[in-house]
Amino acid sequence: MIDSAHMVLMVATVLFALGLVGVLTRKNVVFMLISVEIMLNAAGLAFVAAGSKWQQPDGQVMFLFILAMAAAEVSIGLALVLQIYHQHKTLDVDRLKELRD
Amino acid sequence: MHQLLPYIPAFPILGFLVLSLFGRKLSKPVIATIGAGTVCLSALITIILGFSFLQTEPPGGVYDQLLWSWFSVGNLSVDIDLRVDALTLVFIFIITFVGALIHIYSAFFMWHDGDYARFFASMNLFVCSMLLLVMADNLVLMYLGWEGVGLCSYLLIGFWYEVPSNCRAANKAFLITRIGDTALLIGLFLLFKEVGTLNISGILHQAPDQFATGSSNIVLITILLLAGGMGKSAQLPLQTWLPDAMAGPSPVSALIHAATMVTAGVYLIARMHVLFQLSPVTMVIIAIIGALTLFVAGCSALAQTDIKRILAYSTISQIGYMFLALGVGAWSAAIFHFFTHAFFKALLFLAAGVVIEALHHEHNIFMMGGLRKRMPVVFITFLAGAAALSALPLVSAGFFSKDAILWYSFSAANGNPLLWLMALAGAFITALYTTRLMLVVFWGETRTPVHRQPGQGMVIPLVVLAFLSVTAGFIEWPHNMLHLTLFSAHVQKVLPETLLKTTLPSESLFQLIAALVTLAGVFLGYILYYGKPGIRWQQSPALAGIREFLFGGWKFDQLYNFLFVKPFVFITRINKSDVIDKMYNGIAQAGLRLNSWFSVSQNGSLRLYIVGVLAGILFIITLQLLL
Repeated sequence: MIDSAHMVLMVATVLFALGLVGVLTRKNVVFMLISVEIMLNAAGLAFVAAGSKWQQPDGQVMFLFILAMAAAEVSIGLALVLQIYHQHKTLDVDRLKELRD
Repeated sequence: MHQLLPYIPAFPILGFLVLSLFGRKLSKPVIATIGAGTVCLSALITIILGFSFLQTEPPGGVYDQLLWSWFSVGNLSVDIDLRVDALTLVFIFIITFVGALIHIYSAFFMWHDGDYARFFASMNLFVCSMLLLVMADNLVLMYLGWEGVGLCSYLLIGFWYEVPSNCRAANKAFLITRIGDTALLIGLFLLFKEVGTLNISGILHQAPDQFATGSSNIVLITILLLAGGMGKSAQLPLQTWLPDAMAGPSPVSALIHAATMVTAGVYLIARMHVLFQLSPVTMVIIAIIGALTLFVAGCSALAQTDIKRILAYSTISQIGYMFLALGVGAWSAAIFHFFTHAFFKALLFLAAGVVIEALHHEHNIFMMGGLRKRMPVVFITFLAGAAALSALPLVSAGFFSKDAILWYSFSAANGNPLLWLMALAGAFITALYTTRLMLVVFWGETRTPVHRQPGQGMVIPLVVLAFLSVTAGFIEWPHNMLHLTLFSAHVQKVLPETLLKTTLPSESLFQLIAALVTLAGVFLGYILYYGKPGIRWQQSPALAGIREFLFGGWKFDQLYNFLFVKPFVFITRINKSDVIDKMYNGIAQAGLRLNSWFSVSQNGSLRLYIVGVLAGILFIITLQLLL
């Protein structure tokens, strides 16, 4: 076993990359939101790993913050998704292009 | 007694504050009470002060009241300090007393105007500024009043601002007097640099030690001060604003453009007389300017048809007499002419206001006529004012003051027969145009019906002023008639006595000539205008050119237009896109260009935005790792 923190960081990187690819490739807004959640959790995992590496509670405290923020973000995001669906009858980001020059 | 001093300007400023802050909410009777009442209170205090001054003269001949220190920078400290000596007393008496009469008149004259409160607020502010101007103990405070009266003049000329020509007249008055004001300000700076104080009594005390008579410094300073006075007092070549200033309501013309503000230049020169005496060149210039102005303006008045413009030109001409008197060193005669002129010219403007009101705002004298029978009170008061203006011998105040100026323009040490001839010609012209005005307006046939008779409130000020126009001259008699020289004895507590030439012809001869010339002017006017309904001789083509020339005030406006306005407009036009403009235009152009480039990227695709954010993050991280 090389270094548990190192391994966890690798996992976090993979998770982040997965989330990013999801945001970039998915067409549906709901799935993009889920991908963003995955990226947030990857960042949280990195914090926890760093906390365990240095034997400090800060990492876990930060994760709690991220959880709370993610919850808030999702609630607003879902409300927006609902409204978008009400007004445009679609959730395809490639068709939601009204805000352009 | 000196504790009373601050209340004189304080009441009008209080009236101004109340009217300008709460004017819209107050009813008209309340506004009139505040507006006219505050000035009446000031007049009352001034009269009490004047009595105590005349009974027991204060130590040094000065009431002095230090209120507070205004500011103090380096070795310059400026106080708010009020000071009343014999000269100031004459001015504050005229400002508050004539001012109070005009305010009472205005309360009735302006009754139907929508902006009643604004009118009285401006008038009160004017009275306060004018009082500060003459009561100031130092030149900075005086300059504050000086600018204050300029501002109020601007506000009141443009009082009926819905008419564009009124706004143009207000702008013109403000801009032209500003030329003089700037010169005055530079003069004050120079004076401070040379003397090191701006306290008036300090300057007058130190100047004789500081400056050699006729040295270039003092000549420059006095000429700059004179330029300031010329702007405010509408003397050649800065006189063109006053006839246009008649766009304001008649009480404004009476108060500001006849009795008080336009004589600020006379006050300035009389106040700084020590400086001017040190510079004989400037004195000669003042006398020449006065003589030219009184002649030029008098000729212009001959050709005018607007009743108020005639009076405006006659005001310029009468102030020309005052300047002439100052220039020849007849200080007390100049102030005496100011004193009588304030009464009769205010009276003439107020009476003209009544006539204009009664005839449906008709200004053209040839549309009036026959008012003698139909408005008898106005006729009699106007007659008293006109007699004083044309200086009818012995029965008018104007005679005593103007005769003194005529006599001194010849006999004073600086006097000159040429100046006397100019003044005499001016007296002839004055009598001629005054007779023309009287005969055309009050005799002859009715051309416009009278639709409203003036009320009691307007008649009483007229009667008081008419009484004073006849009697105010009796306090100062020529030396060869009666030994009664109350006025000059009073003023000469401050101003030096007039120096006379050593050998002189008889004064009585000069008085006889002056009286005959005046009567000749009246007689010529009578021949030309009495009972001539068509006034056919005026239409002759030979005279049309001259009349046109005089009607336009010797074409000074066109001259200035040609000399200053046109070249200025030309330069600004060719300089419209200069280097600095190019820089600012370039910034705007670059902004537009960048916008058109980058707005392509705003295409609404969320994915592209995310890629952009990602690229940015990668760029920053890479940079962080590399450095």
